[in-house]
Amino acid sequence: MAAVLESLLREEVSVAAVVRWIARSTQGSKDNPGEAAALSSLRPLRKEFVPFLLNFLREQSSRVLPQGPPTPAKASGASAALPGRPGGPPRGSRGARSQLFPPTEALSTAAESPVARRGGRRRVPGPARERGGRSLEEGVSVESLPGAGSRRLRGSGSPSRPSLTLSDPPNLSNLEEFPPVGSVPPGPTGTKPSRRINPTPVSEERSLSKPKTCFTSPPISCVPSSQPSALDTRPWGLGLPPGCRSLQEEREMLRKERSKQLQQSPTPTCPTPELGSPLLNWTGGLTDELADPARVSSRQRLELVALVYSSCIAENLVPNLFLELFFVFQLLTARRMVTAKDNDFELSPGALDSLESPLFQSIHDCVFFAVQVLECHFQVLSNLDKGTLKLLAENERLLCFSPALQGRLRAAYEGSVAKVSLVMPPSAQAVSFQPETDNRANFSSDRAFHTFKKQRDVFYEVLREWEDHHEEAGWDFEKGLGSRIRAMMGQLSAACSHSHFVRLFQKQLLQMCQSPGGAGGTVLGEAPDVLSMLGADKLGRLWRLQERLVTPQSSGGPCPPPTFPGCQGFFRDFILSASSFQFNQHLMDSLSLKIRELNGLTLPQHEPSDEDGESDVDWQGERRQFAVVLLSLRLLAKFLGFVAFLPYRGPEPPPTGELQDSILALRSQVPPVLDVRTLLQRGLQARRAVLTVPWLVEFLSFADHVVPLLDYYQGIFTLLLRLHRSLVLSQENERKMCFLNKLLLLAVLGWLFQIPTVPEDLFFLEEGPSDAFEMDIVAPEHGLDSMPVVDQQLLYTCCPYIGELRKLLALWVSGSSGRSGGFVRKITPTTTTTSSLGAQPPQTSQGLQAQLAQAFFHNQPPSLRRTVEFVAERIGSNCVKHIKATLVADLVRQVESLLQEQLVTQGEEGGDPAQLLEILYSRLCPHGAQALALGREFCQRKSPGAVRALLPEETPAAVLSSAENIAVGLATEKACAWLSANITALIRREVKAAVSRTLRAQGPEPAARGERRGCSRACEHHAPLPSHLISEIKDVLSLAVGPRDSDEGVSPEHLEQLVCQLGQTLQCRQFLCPPAEQHLAKCSVELASFLVADQIPILGPPAQHRLERGQARRLLHMLLSLWKEHFQGPVPLQLLLSPRNVGLLADTRPREWDLLLFLLRELVEKGLMGRMEIEACLGSLHQAQWPRDFAEELATLSNLLLAEPHLPEPQLRACELVQSNRGTVLAQS
Amino acid sequence: MILTKAQYDEIAQCLVSVPPTRQSLRKLKQRFPSQSQATLLSIFSQEYQKHIKRTHAKHHTSEAIESYYQRYLNGVAKNGAAPVLLDLANEVDYAPSLMARLILERFLQEHEETPPSKSVINSMLRDPSQIPDGVLANQVYQCIVNDCCYGPLVDCIKHAIGHEHEVMLRDMLLEKNLSFLDEDQLRAKGYDKTPDFILQVPVAVEGHIIHWIESKASFGDECSHHAYLHDQFWSYWNRFGPGLVIYWYGFIQELDCNRERGILLKACFPTNIVTLCHSVA
Repeated sequence: MAAVLESLLREEVSVAAVVRWIARSTQGSKDNPGEAAALSSLRPLRKEFVPFLLNFLREQSSRVLPQGPPTPAKASGASAALPGRPGGPPRGSRGARSQLFPPTEALSTAAESPVARRGGRRRVPGPARERGGRSLEEGVSVESLPGAGSRRLRGSGSPSRPSLTLSDPPNLSNLEEFPPVGSVPPGPTGTKPSRRINPTPVSEERSLSKPKTCFTSPPISCVPSSQPSALDTRPWGLGLPPGCRSLQEEREMLRKERSKQLQQSPTPTCPTPELGSPLLNWTGGLTDELADPARVSSRQRLELVALVYSSCIAENLVPNLFLELFFVFQLLTARRMVTAKDNDFELSPGALDSLESPLFQSIHDCVFFAVQVLECHFQVLSNLDKGTLKLLAENERLLCFSPALQGRLRAAYEGSVAKVSLVMPPSAQAVSFQPETDNRANFSSDRAFHTFKKQRDVFYEVLREWEDHHEEAGWDFEKGLGSRIRAMMGQLSAACSHSHFVRLFQKQLLQMCQSPGGAGGTVLGEAPDVLSMLGADKLGRLWRLQERLVTPQSSGGPCPPPTFPGCQGFFRDFILSASSFQFNQHLMDSLSLKIRELNGLTLPQHEPSDEDGESDVDWQGERRQFAVVLLSLRLLAKFLGFVAFLPYRGPEPPPTGELQDSILALRSQVPPVLDVRTLLQRGLQARRAVLTVPWLVEFLSFADHVVPLLDYYQGIFTLLLRLHRSLVLSQENERKMCFLNKLLLLAVLGWLFQIPTVPEDLFFLEEGPSDAFEMDIVAPEHGLDSMPVVDQQLLYTCCPYIGELRKLLALWVSGSSGRSGGFVRKITPTTTTTSSLGAQPPQTSQGLQAQLAQAFFHNQPPSLRRTVEFVAERIGSNCVKHIKATLVADLVRQVESLLQEQLVTQGEEGGDPAQLLEILYSRLCPHGAQALALGREFCQRKSPGAVRALLPEETPAAVLSSAENIAVGLATEKACAWLSANITALIRREVKAAVSRTLRAQGPEPAARGERRGCSRACEHHAPLPSHLISEIKDVLSLAVGPRDSDEGVSPEHLEQLVCQLGQTLQCRQFLCPPAEQHLAKCSVELASFLVADQIPILGPPAQHRLERGQARRLLHMLLSLWKEHFQGPVPLQLLLSPRNVGLLADTRPREWDLLLFLLRELVEKGLMGRMEIEACLGSLHQAQWPRDFAEELATLSNLLLAEPHLPEPQLRACELVQSNRGTVLAQS
Repeated sequence: MILTKAQYDEIAQCLVSVPPTRQSLRKLKQRFPSQSQATLLSIFSQEYQKHIKRTHAKHHTSEAIESYYQRYLNGVAKNGAAPVLLDLANEVDYAPSLMARLILERFLQEHEETPPSKSVINSMLRDPSQIPDGVLANQVYQCIVNDCCYGPLVDCIKHAIGHEHEVMLRDMLLEKNLSFLDEDQLRAKGYDKTPDFILQVPVAVEGHIIHWIESKASFGDECSHHAYLHDQFWSYWNRFGPGLVIYWYGFIQELDCNRERGILLKACFPTNIVTLCHSVA
């Protein structure tokens, strides 16, 4: 590989030829024969060139630039399968022409964690031999020097390598100590120094093995220790040590390790910031070196390499565009060079055109190179967010090295509207209850309905508890909530309940994790990104502050692992804790369905609009809609991937060999949970990659190790790789994909290619010239891909790691304190509108009318179409509701009256209810036919008005009337389709409900609510409250019953007032409910009984403890009239003659019967009780056990009363009717 | 009537082992003249119910029942007109109505062939005239009218109070022109949980959005509030979003801590209601 590079440097071949050579398997016709010859001899190495180049650059920079975080990368191909250790720069084989396979070192990845790896994979050190055999022992030697990282030179014996003194500034390329911005080793073991102390040794053979296969990306904070190996000491490390074997072994080892770690934390947690001290060290002792264009050492060579590198990036030959940019930014912001004390590099002039000498010999070289590369990628840069652009444009190095580029960036900044704002976390809102889907009718049984009711509440209870506690230290989801969740899931017995619960779960997921503003990425609980909130001038202060903080600012690095940030964590943990296969299955079903639905959504398509301004407004809406759909899809797909691959992810390393084969054989039988391959193919064909690919990437990011080996998924990866290759940003093609759309796809695909489970070799091994990616795109000329649906906000939301670029630049600013502020003043951004023109694809198979309608919309503003569709949709739906409320309600009323008739004619029984129902159905269902006619009429009547109201006044009459007609047609179609399918069932259901209602009312509670009168019109509802009265009467009753204190009693006035109030309350019905009235009735009867028995203690002088007879009569009179006139419910007057109440009289001495007689007479007179009734009551009284004399008196009373003529005879006095021996008392009346 | 926890505790302290009688209430009112009677009664009632819940089990052991029944029989044998049952209840610190139920049940077990059903007992308690034994009927009736915390009469009063406050709330909503769906309408639509009122258009009270209003004609103490939160308020939130609870007889101030989360407490109908403006300007 180095051979190619060297050919280049010697100008034997042109850059263009090299790039063509790399990119395509066949040689282009443009290559001149000499070049072709030179390159064709190297053909077998073609695939290994890019990884070699990337590793070479990493290696070079890490050697010369021990500053800042190294760029994580996944190197491949020719390079070794090793984690590059920050401190111990990897050795590679020397890139001599004869050296086809640069040896690599094998390093232990023992302590790696997935996050660390992802955060900072380095290209594998392939070449870079200059330090020869040192690398491995370095890490070990440095252990004794905490804080010093793995300085290269300590203890190693290579004479040729530059050495560092101990007083050197800390080696910032030591990722252990100085992890890159945002890269955070996960978990408690994240950055433990113990890793340095306990290196896992790797056998020498292995470490020298031949890099036959692709590399394994080194982790960002990998172990700086490894075995010392005897490598040659030449700067580019030519000599392969003996015993160099296949890399396979170490790859396997690495894989095992990696998978182990991955499986241990299948869902890596949010990175915990651990950057503080390194940063502190970093800035603490360093002053930035000034970069000077005049001091660049070998311009030509740098230019050439930069050009090749840029071309590789431009051609998408590198796996991850943004990772390379990150690397370049690192070079640009390199702070300081490690001083090479014993400068071994006495560079001969000849060395300059070879790889013999280090590429970057100074900061100047680095910056020069970086600027060279950036110049080639201005277009990408100009599409970054405004904050990044500002920082770039203000970068004085850039100004110094390329004023032209700086000028363009500044202009881009000023023209940019791409402000990516921080979106505040949405607050948790519950999924609202919707009767249409949530009421009893949607459940198989009452039990299921009520169980689900409880589950909904438990679910939110758990969610609230999580919100309260999940940020507390020591709180554990499983411990805190696990058993409750499982208990709840255990109740979901019916399959239908599962689907209800899953619907709730999914809705809540979308609601909480995808804010309406379209910022699905920002979520609850995520620490806001302070760096991007602060202006550059504040950063210096932040910097100083950060030095004192234990947990500094961080994020996931440029290649964060898939995570569940914020409240997504709740849903993930819920799934894990529930561990219910039914739930998971239903969830997958539901997620798949929703994904299909959203993926297939006809997103409003852009149509050329010459109307001023309107297109802008519409575009806002359409972008927003696209963003919402895309973010929802990504969220759903992420969870689908998580659940679908959950059973296949375990702590054990991925299987190999035969075991793997058998697993593959087995797994290939399993149909995919969702046919993503077909969806991808269709998406590509329909030019909707911009919608489909981002969610597919989320789905695949959770795949287990076996997945990429399955034929089915291999097909997907092949498609994705081809797509990736085809997304050449510089090819601006009007009819192809928009720039930002491409950028989004490149970002997400690049991210996917860094996922540990995705095989490293996948990317570089893929054969397939980009030209071949001309999918048989037959379908639309203008799919979603060609529309500017992606904006920076969406790009950054989907790929927050792009923000790492800005952080790098911001750190540069903050590091160089004193350089604050910037030249850039606030400038009102101007809007740039991009519009791609295109025609609406005609939709077939909908009949001529439909095509005409389509055509009609074609040349109208998109808002017109949306309006018409909206109106049709709503009117159609309203129509159905209206029919329910009118026609069906009328039918139900008919049913009720029919039923009454039936009940009257057939007597109480009313016949068999089922039969009755059938009769009713047969009579009523034919009326359903009217529904269609009514529906048509309704749509006809309502739609035009709505369309008119919603369209602009100025809409031409013809357009308006067409729009109205289409709306009427669509609404009618919708309504009639529903009605014809459902009206009969609806009528049956409603009739059934009405019948059971009527029968119930007929049953146990006959005519309870007969006719009830309300208050009179003039009533102001000031009457005493029923509760107050019951309570007052109860007090009187309790006094009467006793026990009571001697001073307790009621005044006659109070009694009278009470009865008056009772009258008022009964006349004002406002607050009176039937139970209260019943109790009032009963209490009043009890009160009357106590009055009759003269048992109410009256306040006053001791002599008058009794109520005067006249007063008692008056009170009884009042009560009688209340009973007669004001009670609307039944009054239990028979209680007056209950043994208990009559027995009250037995205790009095002398007994006084006159009031009772009076009362009974009045009852009869007022028609409140019949004689017969009274007779029956008195009759039953005789059965009770009474004192003998009392029984006699009672018999007399009864005889008296019953002997009276039927007509009331007022002159007939009770006393006369009582026998003389007992008559004394009655004489008073 | 919003009490601090400390104020509430002071009142509750005075209620320990006080029988639920007319006399006790009168004393309580004298002790805390500044509190409204309704609030005091509500607090008393709730505290007493808590007390009964704690001690309920010990009165329901067969030994206890047997001993109560024997004491009752002995008592009425001596003097059927004396408040035997009521005194017994007060003596053993149990609610008179519940004691009446206990003895009635025991009595019926002895006198009927089949064990009495719950509905028969309830019916007899509602109307003691149905009790076959005249003396027991009087004793039971005396217990019921003298119990201010339990019994059919008290239940009816509580129900009536609840209903009255709902009606008042409805009137206030109508007066403010706030359109709403009431419990019956919601039930008819098939809602599984129904607050008293759901506002068709949400309003804001003291800066908080309100979708529903629940009326509680009681004092909001910790115990009842937590039960309501669990059974009702959070359920409403889970379905309809944030809402307002009115404890007409006041509540413990410290309980109003879920405002931010969507449950606002008030002791009266809110005065400053912000509604959605429909003005075109």
